[in-house]
Amino acid sequence: MSQKVYLDHNATTPLHPEVKNVLIEAMECFGNPSSLHEFGRKALKFVTQAREDIASFIGATGEEIVFVGSGSEANNTVLNMVACPSKHCCAFKKGPTRIVTTKIEHPCVFETAKCLRDRGIDVVFIDVDKYGKIDTKQLQDILAEGASLVSVMMANNEIGTIQDIKTICGMAHKAGALFHTDAVQAVGKIPIDVRVLDVDFLTLSAHKVYGPKGIGALYTKKSIPFCPFIRGGHQEKGRRAGTENTLGIMGLSKAIEMRRKEMVTEDKRLKDLKAILKKGIEEKILDIQVNGHPDDCLAGTLNVSFKGAEGEAVLLYLDMEGIAISTGSACASGSLDPSHVLLATGVGAELAHGSVRMSLGRDTTKEDIAYVLEVLPRVIDKVRSMSTAYKK
Amino acid sequence: MNDWVYTEKVKEHFVHPKNIFKEDEGFVSDGEGMVGNIKCGDQMMMLIQVDKDKNIIADCRWKTYGCASAIASTSVLSEMIKGMTLTQAFAVTPKEIMKELGSLPEHKIHCSVLGDKALRAAINDYYEKSGMTDKIKKEEAKIICQCMNVTDHEIEDAVLEGARTYLELQERTKLGTVCGECKDEAEKLLAGYIQKHFN
Repeated sequence: MSQKVYLDHNATTPLHPEVKNVLIEAMECFGNPSSLHEFGRKALKFVTQAREDIASFIGATGEEIVFVGSGSEANNTVLNMVACPSKHCCAFKKGPTRIVTTKIEHPCVFETAKCLRDRGIDVVFIDVDKYGKIDTKQLQDILAEGASLVSVMMANNEIGTIQDIKTICGMAHKAGALFHTDAVQAVGKIPIDVRVLDVDFLTLSAHKVYGPKGIGALYTKKSIPFCPFIRGGHQEKGRRAGTENTLGIMGLSKAIEMRRKEMVTEDKRLKDLKAILKKGIEEKILDIQVNGHPDDCLAGTLNVSFKGAEGEAVLLYLDMEGIAISTGSACASGSLDPSHVLLATGVGAELAHGSVRMSLGRDTTKEDIAYVLEVLPRVIDKVRSMSTAYKK
Repeated sequence: MNDWVYTEKVKEHFVHPKNIFKEDEGFVSDGEGMVGNIKCGDQMMMLIQVDKDKNIIADCRWKTYGCASAIASTSVLSEMIKGMTLTQAFAVTPKEIMKELGSLPEHKIHCSVLGDKALRAAINDYYEKSGMTDKIKKEEAKIICQCMNVTDHEIEDAVLEGARTYLELQERTKLGTVCGECKDEAEKLLAGYIQKHFN
C-alpha cells in the first residue's frame, strides 16, 4: 500500500487504541442510566465515574460537567442561554444583553453570534492582530460599555494561536460579564485548570483528542445559573435533555485519561516535528508565509500560505499522494470567501486562498514529515507552474 | 484512490492538464484573454493561435489560478476548441464544457464559466490586434435591478452557482430587495438561464 500521512488532526483524530477497546466493552453496557434496575444502575455508575474523571482533568467537579452531543452544541448552548429573551430565564438580565466575541471563532460560535445579532441582540466581534491574538485594548473599550457574555476561543483551529484566557476572563469579570471559552482545540493539548482560569463556561470535545465523535462536554461553573438548549428531560440535572450517550461518555473519559498520560511528552515531540516541517518548507519553497503566533501556538498546528498556489488544488494533489491536509481556500469550502480567520489576521484574500493547514498528532512520525517535505515542494511547483498568479 | 469528489474525466484533466502555457516554450499567441480575479480565488488566461486562412483556432495555451475543476475545465476546453472556427469557439457555453467533463459539483460551475469567458476575451483580443474591430462582440451587461445595480450577467452567474428560485436569487444578488420593480423581468431571466444551463 502506498504511504498515507494524516495531517488533519484539528479536523478530527483517529481513535486511540485504548479508547477503541473501551468502546467495544462499553457496547455491552446498554442500560439507561435513569433506570432504577441493575442495568440502569450499572450504566449510571460508569457515567458518574466518567464525569468525575473528566472534571478532575480540568480542575472541576463532576456536577459542573454537562455532557452534550458535540462541541458545537456546547457553544450554541452558551450563546443562546445568554441571549434567551424570556424574562423568567436565568439571572443574566441585569441589563441589555450584549455578547462580545472575536473575529476568529469557530463557525459554531461565529455563525451563532451572527444569527443572534440578526435576532436583535447586540453582538461585538473583537479584532485580532497579525498573529491572531485578540486586541485587548479594543476589548477593554468595548467592555467599558458593558457586556453580558464574553466568548473567546482558547486555541484557534486554523492557525493554532493560543489566547491568554486568564487575563481576558479577568477583564470580562471586572466588567460584570460572564466568560466562556471554546477549548475544543486546547483540552488535552495544553494544561487547563478552570479554577485558575476562573472561566464560567468551557467547551470540550472527544473526537479532537482521539475519542469518539458525537460527544462533548460543557463545563459550567457551579454558581452559574443554567438555561438548557435541549429541553424536556431530567438528565444532566435538567441542563441537557436526552438519554445519556453512555458509549460516547465512556470513550471521552478514556480519551481524557490517555491525554493525562501522553499530553506532556507528545507536546514536546510534536513541537520538534513541527519545527522540522516548518524549517523544511521554508528552505525548500519560496514565497511562503507562516501564519499564527510563533510561540503561543498549538504544538501540532502549522498554517502556511503559498503565493500563487490555490489551496484546493494543493489539497487534492497532496491527497493523490496519500497526504491529508486542509485549506483555507474558498473553493474547498463551497463558499466564495476564504478563511475568515486568516482574513481577520490581515492575510490578504489572495494569500488566504493559497493557505494550507497541517495539523500533526500522536500518530505522526518523522518519516511522515520527511515524506511531506519530499512531496509538497513538487506539488506547489506544479500548481504554481500553471498559475496566472505566480511568476518565478 | 476511489470516491473522488470529481468525475474520472475531471481527475484525468486535473492530474494531466493539457496545453498549459510554459514560459520557455516560445508559444506566440495571436490573441490573449484574462478574466477573473485572484482575490475571488479564480483567474484564467487563454492564449490562442489563429490559422488566418481558415479562420480557425490552430492551437492554444492557458494558465489558471483556481481549484481542481477550474484546472480541469480549462484543460478540457483547450482540447475542444482546437480546429474550431472563431465563430464556433466564441459560442462555446459552460454547458458544453460540463458535458465534455461529465459533470461538476453545482457550486463549482462558476469556475468553468471562466474558461469560455477567457476564450471569448482572447478571440476579441485577436480581432482587435488584427484590425477587425467590427467583429468584436462585447459582452454588454444589462442592468436589471436599478436599485441594487444587478445585471443579467450576475443573474446568470447566480444561477450557475446554484440559485433556482427567486428567493435564492435575491439571497445571492440582493436583487429586487428595494423597490421590487424588477421582479417579473428577473423571474423570466431566471427561468431562461435555468433552461439554458440545466435543462
